[in-house]
Amino acid sequence: MPELSFVIAQCLSGLTASMFLFLIASGLSLIFGVLRVLNFAHGTFYMLGAYSAYQVVQWLGTGPVSFWVAALGAAAGVAILGGLVERFLFRHLYGKEELYQLLFTYSLVLILGDVAKIIWGTQQKSVGRPPGLTGSFTVAGITVPHYNLFILLLAPSIALAFWFVLQRTRAGRFIRAAALDRETLGALGVNVSALYTGVFVLASFLGGLGGALITPMRAIVPGMDTDVIVDAFVVVVIGGLGSFWGTFLGALIYGQVLSFGILFFPRFSIFAIFALMATVLVIRPWGLLGRPLK
Amino acid sequence: MRRIPWGLLIVLAAFLVPSLGSRFYTFLANDVVIWALFATSLNLLVGYTGLVSFGHAAYFGIGAYTTGILMKKLGVPFLLAFPAAGVVAGLFAVFFGFFCVRLTRIYFAMLTLAFAQIVWAICFKWNEVTGGEQGMPEIPYPDFGWVDKAAGVLPFLGGYRTSDYFYFTCLILVALALWVLRRIVASPFGRMLTTIRENPERAEFIGVNVRRYELAAFTLAGLFAGLAGGLFGIFNRGVFPDFAYWTKSSEVLIMTLLGGMGTFVGPSVGALVLIWLNQQIVSYTEYWPLVLGTILVLLLFVFPGGLAGAAQSLVRAMQRKRGPARA
Repeated sequence: MPELSFVIAQCLSGLTASMFLFLIASGLSLIFGVLRVLNFAHGTFYMLGAYSAYQVVQWLGTGPVSFWVAALGAAAGVAILGGLVERFLFRHLYGKEELYQLLFTYSLVLILGDVAKIIWGTQQKSVGRPPGLTGSFTVAGITVPHYNLFILLLAPSIALAFWFVLQRTRAGRFIRAAALDRETLGALGVNVSALYTGVFVLASFLGGLGGALITPMRAIVPGMDTDVIVDAFVVVVIGGLGSFWGTFLGALIYGQVLSFGILFFPRFSIFAIFALMATVLVIRPWGLLGRPLK
Repeated sequence: MRRIPWGLLIVLAAFLVPSLGSRFYTFLANDVVIWALFATSLNLLVGYTGLVSFGHAAYFGIGAYTTGILMKKLGVPFLLAFPAAGVVAGLFAVFFGFFCVRLTRIYFAMLTLAFAQIVWAICFKWNEVTGGEQGMPEIPYPDFGWVDKAAGVLPFLGGYRTSDYFYFTCLILVALALWVLRRIVASPFGRMLTTIRENPERAEFIGVNVRRYELAAFTLAGLFAGLAGGLFGIFNRGVFPDFAYWTKSSEVLIMTLLGGMGTFVGPSVGALVLIWLNQQIVSYTEYWPLVLGTILVLLLFVFPGGLAGAAQSLVRAMQRKRGPARA
């Protein structure tokens, strides 16, 4: 039996991974909830967020605020890109077969993945931890880097803010209404097409932010896009496609299964995750907290 | 007047590639032939039955590993190892398909993806059997020793390289497989698949067991993908876990779409065009995915019917110009 402190450390590292996954998967889930499309390009937006943050840090140097400017700037840039893609391209595929929409988002994976290679090359890039969060502290024999603690606090705050927007604001009500019945919403005079663009912008922002914030912890490499999108799929499928708290729960489960799976069966932890995804789909296709689609 | 047997003519022409072209062209042609079978098997599912699978690479990978393990580790002859690829992949497809056909649309796609990722994870990690991340290099060619003996009697058989003989083998096997697939889609069973694609509810109303038909289509598609995989492992001189990774599944989907879903020759045309284009473009730039993505965007926005669809509408437009076609 491993020591308790080791178990807690493992649990914390799983939680940190969960928080990143939540940031990314919540955008994916939002787009699916409203537009009924699985956006393969979401992983690419995450990768672009990471590269853009790296780029801005390169430009600004290592000032006290440069990392934060870079993270927000990268997320905003990715959000704008997402909005442009929706407005000028994706929009024309609404009402066509689902397969075409899926393949369009996949074409973005191919194109933008290469664009990133052209701009930043194939060498791996890294970004240092922001000043003020470089240290770590030790409690009961467990070392926790400050940056991890920051992520553990930040992601739930974003989740709460996001939930508040969805539940309590006018825009949030429209988003929830669009998920249920977009035609009626349009008939009631709501500008559904602007709403869709807005949803894409918000979702891309979350993806880009996730990518930017992960840079101090993981190397930025080509291929991070196709790896993360599968993880995000697992999360939203387990939690329930389109379900907000479901995504949060899915991310928590994913993080713990992965970190304890590595501890006990190092060889089969990835297997366990996909097996869990398949099991959920077989027993409850709409996910743990989702609702069945009509 | 009898119809011209185009299929037979194309196969015969393909036999001339090693004599007329270089080794490089034989290599390309072999690649095309195998991918044509892989894409056509997917088309049975996506084009004819209307089930969008995002995990078809799983069965390709299973077939490749089956043949690879049998031939390399157990020394089983190709004659047994090749059909085994289809059988094993078909068995997996029955098992996975049993669960998948119970789901609809996006959930179906997600579950096929989940099963494919399970297969990939096993291939990636089970070092003792699959070679793990490093894969299994040096899968042997089938034994072509008998050809040399036969060449004593039939001189036209002699004088080729082993890779050429393997190309001929692929050509014959794939031609047979495609012929069987062609018969399947033209059979009452195949017509019923198309009916299910068009309107599953109505099919249910007239007493068709939709799930059973879908499962049959899923199994057949898996079986033929497995056969393609079995050939590909040998052709590629090695089997690797990324054969079953999800990006492979999307590659074959793009191929099917490019050629034209729901037309029988479409996916083969897609395989030919994509592999040829890849070869052309790779000599200019390393950014093949960029080109492929751009082709895909054009396809989706300008030619949603794929190349075969575009050709069909072109022919129809020309016929209309010339007046009604005489039968």
